[in-house]
Amino acid sequence: MNVKDLIINCIQQSTLQVFSTMLGEELLLASVSTEGDTQDVRDGVVSFVGLAGSWAGTGSITCSPVLACKICAQMLMTEASSVNEEVLDAVAEITNMIIGNVKTDLEPHLGILGLSVPTVVYGHNFKARNAGHAEWVVVRFAWGDGLLTVKLSLTPDGAKAGEKGVHSAATLLGQPYALDV
Amino acid sequence: MEAEILVVDDSAAIRKILQRVLRQTGMAIGTIMEAGDGEEALAVLKTHKVHLVLTDINMPKMDGLQFLGRVKENADWVAIPVVMITTEGGETKVAEAVRLGAAGYVRKPFTADQIKEKLAGLLEPALPL
Repeated sequence: MNVKDLIINCIQQSTLQVFSTMLGEELLLASVSTEGDTQDVRDGVVSFVGLAGSWAGTGSITCSPVLACKICAQMLMTEASSVNEEVLDAVAEITNMIIGNVKTDLEPHLGILGLSVPTVVYGHNFKARNAGHAEWVVVRFAWGDGLLTVKLSLTPDGAKAGEKGVHSAATLLGQPYALDV
Repeated sequence: MEAEILVVDDSAAIRKILQRVLRQTGMAIGTIMEAGDGEEALAVLKTHKVHLVLTDINMPKMDGLQFLGRVKENADWVAIPVVMITTEGGETKVAEAVRLGAAGYVRKPFTADQIKEKLAGLLEPALPL
């Protein structure tokens, strides 16, 4: 198993569990891929959480405004017909839970990671980019007619290499990686 | 007697869910107060009687561990059980919370049963006879 496969497994497990427990919904895995930093202009809701430590990067969730409202309605058992503060807060918290659990599941293999407070963006014709130009692991889930995209970009933090708790075999994303799993 | 509970989380969504889940437990719960971070939570404790606190760890201004430390160093609040509810499932954060005196720990995502189970043994001793 390499780090990319480990991240895919963690994202899949975490996303399905969070939706099942907090929303009572079962998602279906739609696709798995990797993407470079160049992405299309998009509309919708994007939520980001930063990760830092032995490895550093960003986790994100992207969905349409309709799906964001559906997440809020299902999670809070309330009406949500348009993207408002409550909808953005619900999407931010779902992101925090999904990426937070991915982080926890990765820590035994990659070392201790810190998690930032989520940032959520709603708009039209915007483009998000990772300043580190790192590769993204992209896992898409189908929920009814909608698609939920969960992405994670992680690279080893060279400055932390060799610190206690940092896996000495930590290498680049797609390279073989000795894991005790 | 009903328990007065303080819920601390920067997410209004989680505070709303916890309000609902706490009511669903069927336990004798009175007012459920809310705070968005540790600083707000300390302000609530100064002005209200609280029997139990549920708090997130990862929050702006004052996080849950700093808040827990402040509660446990205050003679008036030290006996209040503080349960951590968070995505921070790493051993370091858990060990730190336990060291500071946390009464328990629930990892997000959580179910109503998990919350009820965690609070069952804490609420009764926290209430005055």
